[in-house]
Order: sequence, then structure tokens, then C-alpha cells
Amino acid sequence: MEATVVRTGTEGKTWGGGSKSPLKASYGKMMMWYFITSDALTFSAFLAAYGFSRYKFIDSWPIADEVFNHFPFMHGTDAPMYYVALMTFILIFSSVTMVLAVDAGHQMKKSKVTLYMFLTIIGGAIFLGSQAWEWKNFIKGEYGAVETNGGQIIQFVDAEGERVALEKVAKVLPGDRVEHESKNGLWYVTDDSALPTYSIDEVKEGFKESNYLVRTQMLDENGAKTILSREESLAMINDNAARVVEGANLTRNEYGPPLFADFFFFITGFHGFHVFTGVLINIIIFFNVIIGTYEKRKSYEMVEKVGLYWHFVDLVWVFVFTFFYLV
Amino acid sequence: MAHDASTHEHQSATKRIWTVFAILSIITIVEVILGIIKPASLVETSFIYMSLLNWIFIVLTIVKAYYITWAFMHMEHETKGLRRSVVWTVIFLISYLVFILLTEGDYIYEVYKNGHVSWNF
Repeated sequence: MEATVVRTGTEGKTWGGGSKSPLKASYGKMMMWYFITSDALTFSAFLAAYGFSRYKFIDSWPIADEVFNHFPFMHGTDAPMYYVALMTFILIFSSVTMVLAVDAGHQMKKSKVTLYMFLTIIGGAIFLGSQAWEWKNFIKGEYGAVETNGGQIIQFVDAEGERVALEKVAKVLPGDRVEHESKNGLWYVTDDSALPTYSIDEVKEGFKESNYLVRTQMLDENGAKTILSREESLAMINDNAARVVEGANLTRNEYGPPLFADFFFFITGFHGFHVFTGVLINIIIFFNVIIGTYEKRKSYEMVEKVGLYWHFVDLVWVFVFTFFYLV
Repeated sequence: MAHDASTHEHQSATKRIWTVFAILSIITIVEVILGIIKPASLVETSFIYMSLLNWIFIVLTIVKAYYITWAFMHMEHETKGLRRSVVWTVIFLISYLVFILLTEGDYIYEVYKNGHVSWNF
């Protein structure tokens, strides 16, 4: 019998299943770290793909300050960055309350853990609401634009270079516009399920009678969008204008290349989903704290583990903030 | 005894948390101010294929990431092994991916610009 027993020489040591845990971290905490590692790679793949597309269209990418310039209750004013800066602060602050909860857990102070967990959940909820508002503005759009035959986006400006909305450009023409439905036409045409506010002919006609100019996506050497002369603008609208674009969806958007909106929806959406699950997990742990689960366990390590996840969500936002809004 | 030790650690920890919060806030405010003003001197100066301003943003972001990971996620209290297995892996793979994708993106830009595809219609 003795001969069949395999001796590895590690009995009682870490890798032989001894009492000491590997890397001196508990199983749950170590696995949370490796989960975060893999999740960080997913996010960095998204952001690197965004960088790829951006380098591909390096001289025609939308300018973030012009796209994200809304602030609640300040309609019509140009407020670039303020709103996302506010969102960043909300998330950083909820990270602070989370780490305070972890800290209070180390000292076994149940009431403090409860309070800080509650504040963290509130912070996460406010962030999610802000995210929804940001999406609403992005999807609705502000000025509208025209897409050319080649799929480029062109926008309208006045003589001073200020953006002009479609409703100022377009001239309402008599005649009915009928929404295409699959039952009375080509069933495989799923495009244009909803009619834009103005038809392309109305925009063309209105543009001819105005003195507005066309702004292309191309960036000049100062990093501003190129504005065509009146003659070039007229030629561009007459020859190339193909359809009216209002707001944003996954197929086309009024800001620039379709990829811009796609990445916006994907990256902020994936991050928002993480915040959402983070809030849910925080709520579960919050109730566990209240009913005294961790008091009985004599350890608040669970709070620490969800804390890791919550800080990771904040960490990702720091990068999204930089690459979407700043760079 | 163990409880005593954690209480001592706590007092310094709370202070550190608020210090780190102050650092993160200041960095964010600086980023926002730079992002709104966009100083011409920084935008026009190019350094390794990117404007100096963008480099400043990226460096500040990494500083923020460092503080969040080290202070808030307590990476500074983990063992060297755990720290390296997480941080080195991520840094290596991300640098690799970013280098490859950005190089390729720039190549495609050149093809669009100088190749035979007409982009003006």
C-alpha cells in the first residue's frame, strides 16, 4: 500500500493544498481580480477598435465638443464637456463612498457600511440616469444633416460658420409624402421605416434660395471642419445629396461616419450595462449587510469584493471619458 | 490584537481615501479645463504622431488609473505576485493590441488618401 501513495513533497505547503492561500488572497478576491483582468481586456479591445477607426478616418472624425454639448436646463447653450465632467465626478464620488464602506467593514461597523453602501447605490443610479439623458440627446440629434451618395455626412452653416438646423434650410413643398410599408411595396426594403421631417427635395429647394453653406467632414490644418464656398456648396447639394439624416442610429448618424455612433452606443452601452449590474450587486450586498449576514460571518470581505468590481467600473469610465470626450 | 491593528490602519486609510479623492478631482478638473480651452501651443505641437495635448490627456488618465487601482482597489496591500500577474498582463496585452490596431488604422487611412479609391462623391 505504501508504494501507491504519491508524494509530491508539497504536503502542507501552499500549492499542496495547505492552509495558506495562494498569493495570500482569499479565493473569491483573487478570482475577482482575474475576472477584472479579463474584463479590462474586453474593454480595451473595444477602445482599441475605436482607436483603429479613428486613425482610419483621422482627418474626418467628428469633433466631440460639437456633439456632446448639452447640459440639463440650459437648452441651446453650447456647454461642451461640462455634463460628462459632472458624470465623472458622480462616479468617482460613488467610488469614494464604496471604499469608505469597505473601510468601515474592516472595522465591523455595520451602520457605517450600510450608509456608505446606500450612498454608492444612489451615485450609481444617478450616473445611469445621466447616461440615459446623454443617449437621448445623441439619438435625437440637434441640427440634422444630409448624406451624400458616397455615404458622407454634410452639414449646414451660415455665413459666420454657425451650424444651421434643417428646419431653417428646408422649404416645405406641397405634395403628400407617404411612408413606405412592406405590405405595399418592396418587402425587402427595410430602410427608412420612418420618414424624416423634411424630404431631400425640400432641403435642396430651400438651400438654393438661402445663402447657407455646406460644411464637410474633412478637418483643415487647424482641426476645424472645412466649409465650402457658396458655388461648391450648391454643386455638392445638387449632385451628391442623397438623403436627410436626423439624429443617430446604428446605420447612420448626423455627426459623421456611422462607426462613430456605433462605437458610442457599444462602448458607453457596455459600460452602462456594467454600472447597471454593479448597482444590482450592490443592492443585494446592501440588503445582506442590513440583515446582518456579514456580522454573523464576522467578515465584510464580500463588500470588498463587490467594491473591487465597482471601482473597476469607475476605472473603465476614466478611459472612456478620455478617449471619447477629450482626445 | 488583530482588531487593534485594523483600527490603526483605518485611521490612515480614511485620510488616504480623501487625499486620493482630492488628487482624482484635481486631475479631472485640469483635464476638463484643458479640453475646453485647447491651448493652441499644445494642439499644434506634435509628438510621436499625436498632439502634445492628447499625450497629456493620456498620461493624466493613466495617473488616475494608478490611483484608483492602488488606493481604492487596495492593490498596494496585495502581494507582489498578485499585483504583477494582474497589472503586467494587462499592460503588456493592451500595449500590444493598441500598437497593432493603430498602425493598421493609419495604414488604411493612407490607402484611402493616396490609393485609387475616390472618396469625393
